[in-house]
Amino acid sequence: MSRRNNDAAPVPVQPSAHRDNAREDALNEGMVSSGSAGIRKQDVTAPALGLTGMLRWAWTQLTSMRTALMLLLLLAVAAVPGSVFPQRVQDAFAVSTYIEERPTLGPILDFFQFFDVYSSVWFSAIYLLLFISLIGCIIPRSRKHYQQITSAPPRTPQRLERLPEYGALELEAEGPDPATALADAEKVLRRRRYRTEIRPGKGANGDPESSGDSSGGERTGSVGAEKGYLKEIGNILFHVSLVGVLVFVAAGEMFSYRGQKVLVEDEGFVNALVAYDNFYPGTWFSEDDLEPFSVQLDSFERAFDRQLIDGEPNPHYGQALDFTAHVTVQEGPDAELEQTELKVNSPLNLGGANVYLPGNGYAPVVTVRDGEGEVAFSGPVITRPDDSVYTSMMVIKAPDAHPEQLGFVGLFLPTAHDTGDGMAVSVDPELHNPELHLNSYYGDLGLDDGIPQNVYVLDTDNLTELNSRDSEHGGIVLAPGETHELPDGLGSIEFEGVQDYIALDITYNPGTTWILVFALTATAGLMASLFLRRRRAWVTVEQNEHGRTLVKYGLLARGEDFRLRDENIALRTQFEKIWPVRPPEENP
Amino acid sequence: MSPLLSPAPTSAQLPPINVELAEYSELFMLISASIYTLAFILFTVDTARSSATIKRVEAELSAEQQAERSRQLVGAGGGAVDAEAPVAFAPSALEPSIASEDSEQAPVPSRLNRAPSLPDSELVDDDLAYVGTRRPLANVAVALTAVAAAAHAFAVVSRGIAASRWPMGNMFEFLTAAALVVAVVYLAVLIRRDLRFLGIFVIGLVVTMMVAATIGFPTPIGHVQPALQSPWIAIHVTLAVLAMALFTLTFAMNILQLVQSRREHALATAPKGGFERGLAKAQFMRLVPSAFSLESWVYRINAVGFVFWTLGPLITGAIWANESWGRYWGWDPKEVWTFVIWVVYAGYLHARATRGWTGNRAAWLSIIGFICIIINYTVVNIWFPGMHSYAGLPE
Ligand code: HEM
Repeated sequence: MSRRNNDAAPVPVQPSAHRDNAREDALNEGMVSSGSAGIRKQDVTAPALGLTGMLRWAWTQLTSMRTALMLLLLLAVAAVPGSVFPQRVQDAFAVSTYIEERPTLGPILDFFQFFDVYSSVWFSAIYLLLFISLIGCIIPRSRKHYQQITSAPPRTPQRLERLPEYGALELEAEGPDPATALADAEKVLRRRRYRTEIRPGKGANGDPESSGDSSGGERTGSVGAEKGYLKEIGNILFHVSLVGVLVFVAAGEMFSYRGQKVLVEDEGFVNALVAYDNFYPGTWFSEDDLEPFSVQLDSFERAFDRQLIDGEPNPHYGQALDFTAHVTVQEGPDAELEQTELKVNSPLNLGGANVYLPGNGYAPVVTVRDGEGEVAFSGPVITRPDDSVYTSMMVIKAPDAHPEQLGFVGLFLPTAHDTGDGMAVSVDPELHNPELHLNSYYGDLGLDDGIPQNVYVLDTDNLTELNSRDSEHGGIVLAPGETHELPDGLGSIEFEGVQDYIALDITYNPGTTWILVFALTATAGLMASLFLRRRRAWVTVEQNEHGRTLVKYGLLARGEDFRLRDENIALRTQFEKIWPVRPPEENP
Repeated sequence: MSPLLSPAPTSAQLPPINVELAEYSELFMLISASIYTLAFILFTVDTARSSATIKRVEAELSAEQQAERSRQLVGAGGGAVDAEAPVAFAPSALEPSIASEDSEQAPVPSRLNRAPSLPDSELVDDDLAYVGTRRPLANVAVALTAVAAAAHAFAVVSRGIAASRWPMGNMFEFLTAAALVVAVVYLAVLIRRDLRFLGIFVIGLVVTMMVAATIGFPTPIGHVQPALQSPWIAIHVTLAVLAMALFTLTFAMNILQLVQSRREHALATAPKGGFERGLAKAQFMRLVPSAFSLESWVYRINAVGFVFWTLGPLITGAIWANESWGRYWGWDPKEVWTFVIWVVYAGYLHARATRGWTGNRAAWLSIIGFICIIINYTVVNIWFPGMHSYAGLPE
């Protein structure tokens, strides 16, 4: 093979399957053995005229390593705003608050989808381009690699001395003749798990490569060998698996559903659309996907850190240690009832869906009577714990009250403790001294206009205050069993007792198994790709001017190979084991 | 009855905290931090005195070198390998030396036209092997680091035993455990490789982490909340910590690589400007391997770190999230940054295979990756609320 780098259209030794690959440059340089500027210039050529030319040029650019790198970095940058601005996927309420608080900036950010970063046009464009580039990169690479696996190892270069690793051994006269040495060398390489091919020397079969040698000896032949094909397979597996992950993330998302339900003690839930408090279906969700399982909360247990050190509470005293929901589940209407436990880190799997325990709290049982003495509201009220001692926000709406609708807003304190200035705080998460601290209002609750309202928020704009700490009637403070009469004969409120409630998340995503499978094959491929070595080795055998057998060998790696020198040493050691090698000093 | 002192039993599930062991743990944490600080000071002095070290080594070696030269053996200078001497394949040429590790990089030219009598290859080896440069101060610093790491390991392990759980449940524990892993990984590499030039950076970082943990996030030993009581925490957080330890090493090496490459450039050409002249004279940098060697080592270490990051934060994180929160990925701020870091290091690995992006550009990507890690564990933990708000931060 002659040097080609000064030709008009340089042909790389191995056709490059993708552009800008520094590894292949290294290989080509190792083979051609001197600066191959031509290869570098190759892809900077301007687009050929015409539509197909343009398209081909664009495709080449898109599938180049450099573009892939740019898109990767762009993807990283584009992901960041999603951690800076609140995201609708996580907390739609936080987003609307954020926009309300910033009347100019908010809508602009919203227009550019900064609150929906991961479904935004720009984020999607980046990762879709990246994956198109990825596919456009994998297909030719796989094809090329298949060719390499099925064809002979690469041709023996002219001068092995120029390879990154090189060695030579001169054998004693009583040693093997060149032909035997060649066969021996091939065996050594095969034992080191190279794929090998023996090539005859000059003259035989017109092998074009062996056109003589710098040292003047006659090449008897050579062995071409390559190993580590698994490295490239691993790399391809890694990239293909990424596509697999993306496909199943998308598919899973479409067929999935996710919903929330709050259950008070003794309450049950049947998996049907009407039963949910909140429900988020995927695009292709159908109601038939809901398996009719049911869950009933029998009781709920909380455990808190109660350890005393020398009679004093330890620094974490009162911290939650364990939540256990005792539930009765039924896989379907005809299935058997089963009693089981639901805990924070162990969801229940029912009918393909998973049931989680993300939250819990106290539900004080309250009865509100209106001005006419009728019961306007009665039952447990879900409160929202705000801190680790379960200081809980609560809202009661009694739209059926007459003559005026009644509303209450305030706190539930599991262990109320008077701070002395008329305020009370909770000092423990358990029910040692439960109290309700409420303000009351009357007027139009706004529930009759049909606009959906947050049950945990009382809009007091159109209401008139009855009780509050600052008003003449004072706030309402109730212990269990107590009743408070509202001013002006508008009614009363009674605190009967406290129940527990749990919040359930129910999720169904058929994609997760496959996402996991592809994530793991991606990792396996990654490790193969990063830690295996792809190496080429050549051995040439000739008779030197003293009639002795001269063996030369050279090594070349594709990609990073820090142990190529070790491989050189290992090969040399094995050769020295099977052959009588002349010590270098004895050479003339 | 005062609710605070209610004699309620401890939780049925969790054994009580072993208070005595907890106190020992805290004591040993302080002891180890002090010894690390001492080691750091010694590393600093060693660095500051590197020119003296070099002079001494030069004196020691000059006689030896004289003999060497007269014997005219090959392969002493660490220039190009004597590939042109085909038959006389001297055994010495097989000994690891710097040239031709990778065909895509030419051997660093600067070492050929270096003014000082002693080539850097006598002081430091590009395979990071020990070449016999005696640095007593650095050696004492390494020994102290080992002692500190032993005390540190006791502190971390006993903390876990005292609380009967994996000791990585809050910011304090995360930082101290990460510092331990950084120190242990550094010591482990030191057994085979001469990484003493990194000591000032690595131990400096360890000390910073210990101080940040003790002053910024002091947390007494305790149990963790129910969501953190999962075996996944051991795998998930440990892999993250391991990856971080490796990325920490490479971060320091990348910085040195950038400086070294600037210095090599300054030596190869005429140094321009005060900075380059200063660099050309910087004795400490002579104890640092060549930029190319650093780059190759960073690549090797980053590759392992990337696999840990893929398996740890990314995959086991998603598995645990799916088990605990009902979704494998929710773009919580912590998850966003885990993803960003992964993509940046993937970009780094790509860059190493992209024409025109090896060398300093790749080094910058790796540095950016580490900055993202710092952001992830500082800014994100403290200011961006999310599902991962377990850091045990004061409210
Ligand atoms: C989803 C986006 C991508 C990610 C996350 C990614 C990630 C990676 C990672 C981590 C590596 C290093 C591991 C290894 O050496 O096998 C790698 C290598 C590689 N990637 Fe990608 N990649 C992506 C897209 C692409 C694209 C679009 C191309 C084609 C232009 C490409 C071509 C390559 C090549 C050729 C290598 C091997 C480099 C070598 O020889 O060491 N990748 N990729």
